[in-house]
Amino acid sequence: MSGVDQGKGSDVLDTQDRARFEQLVLPHLDAAFNLARWLLKSRADSEDVAQEAMLRAYRFFRGFHGGDARAWLLQIVRNTCYTWLEKNRPVELMTEFDEELHPQPSVSPEALAIAGANRERLTRALETLPPRFREVLVLRELEGCSYKEIASITAIPIGTVMSALARARQRLQRALTPAAPQEAAREL
Amino acid sequence: MSCDYTRTVLHGYLDGELDATRSAEFERHLESCRECATSLGSEESLRSSLQHSGLYENAPVALRKKIRAGLTAASNSSAGIRIPAWRWLAVAASILIVAGISWFSWPGAAKNSASTTPFTAAEMIDAHVRSLQPGHLIDIASTDQHTVKPWFDGKLAFVPPVKDYADEGFQLIGARLDVLGGQNVAALVYTRRKHIINVFVMPTKEPDSGIHAPGLRQGYQWRHWRRQGMEYCAVSDASDSDIYELAQLIYQ
Repeated sequence: MSGVDQGKGSDVLDTQDRARFEQLVLPHLDAAFNLARWLLKSRADSEDVAQEAMLRAYRFFRGFHGGDARAWLLQIVRNTCYTWLEKNRPVELMTEFDEELHPQPSVSPEALAIAGANRERLTRALETLPPRFREVLVLRELEGCSYKEIASITAIPIGTVMSALARARQRLQRALTPAAPQEAAREL
Repeated sequence: MSCDYTRTVLHGYLDGELDATRSAEFERHLESCRECATSLGSEESLRSSLQHSGLYENAPVALRKKIRAGLTAASNSSAGIRIPAWRWLAVAASILIVAGISWFSWPGAAKNSASTTPFTAAEMIDAHVRSLQPGHLIDIASTDQHTVKPWFDGKLAFVPPVKDYADEGFQLIGARLDVLGGQNVAALVYTRRKHIINVFVMPTKEPDSGIHAPGLRQGYQWRHWRRQGMEYCAVSDASDSDIYELAQLIYQ
């Protein structure tokens, strides 16, 4: 019995792999698309990149040894997005240096309440954030990922997910309240 | 004026990621720190705006279709001859289904094929065979369902129904944790006239099903069904009638 060979050593994907892929990975296409859309800020580009990522995931599927299929897929989606950004919009990846050094002002709940129901305003604010802040917010608030999942998807240590989220939220609050930046500068 | 907690721990608290001790500690702090209380309020309202403004963007239907077509192309180019044979079977099966079965039952029937379990038959047989190797069968040896069931508590994100059927000729001898299709599953182990029967249990979102027709591979047989949010698969080298009998007992 111990000598049973399943013929699983090859890289060839068979119908069982396909079925398994369709059950485990394909259901997360919405998650893949949503992450791509927020990283690339464009639905059209996201379609291309999500498709590329999904096919790439399929090719790598033999390397998936179980666990969290969504996180595994989103990791591939994220990498595909960054590769795409580096090639097509390298400037966007270079805008996140100075911010990290400055403390963030807090914003009153009233100011946020005004922003509340406004989808467009939130979208615009999110899109002004550097991708690395935007992605943790999207993963946490829209995708409902745990810190552990965020860590594995974004390749940051789990211990820094909390502070990354803290910074991202403060950045977003500031983006939603245009008057704040000058006050912040004075406080320094 | 800036509280260290506001910067970090508050977010762990908001996200439910603090352990019980730190969470209680933060709550105590919250009573006396205005800054954190205000901050928490604004973070909560920010979260609520993000979650309730329709920001999540689902994949277009056309994309799903394109990807399926892409997968087929990728499979055909890499897997060669093995697919067409299956395809024809699938086509033949669907013709039979459409022709022979009343309309309301066919979505269920389409899902009845063994390949729509969240794991492959090969994985399941692997797990069964692996369990038969010395020292692998049982993590907790007990014929008492009231010992076995609580043992799973805290080891899995779900609690499988556990019952002994010794009176009916299926004795529960223990259980273990296993992995199928990348998922942690409970494996309940029964014996029937010296044959070992593994019953794999895992949660599912699929609707209930009856006990499906038997599957056979490498001399092992299995029965698969879904009931009350759980997916079951009983596998053994025992006869199918024995497996089916156990399946029915568990199903009730």
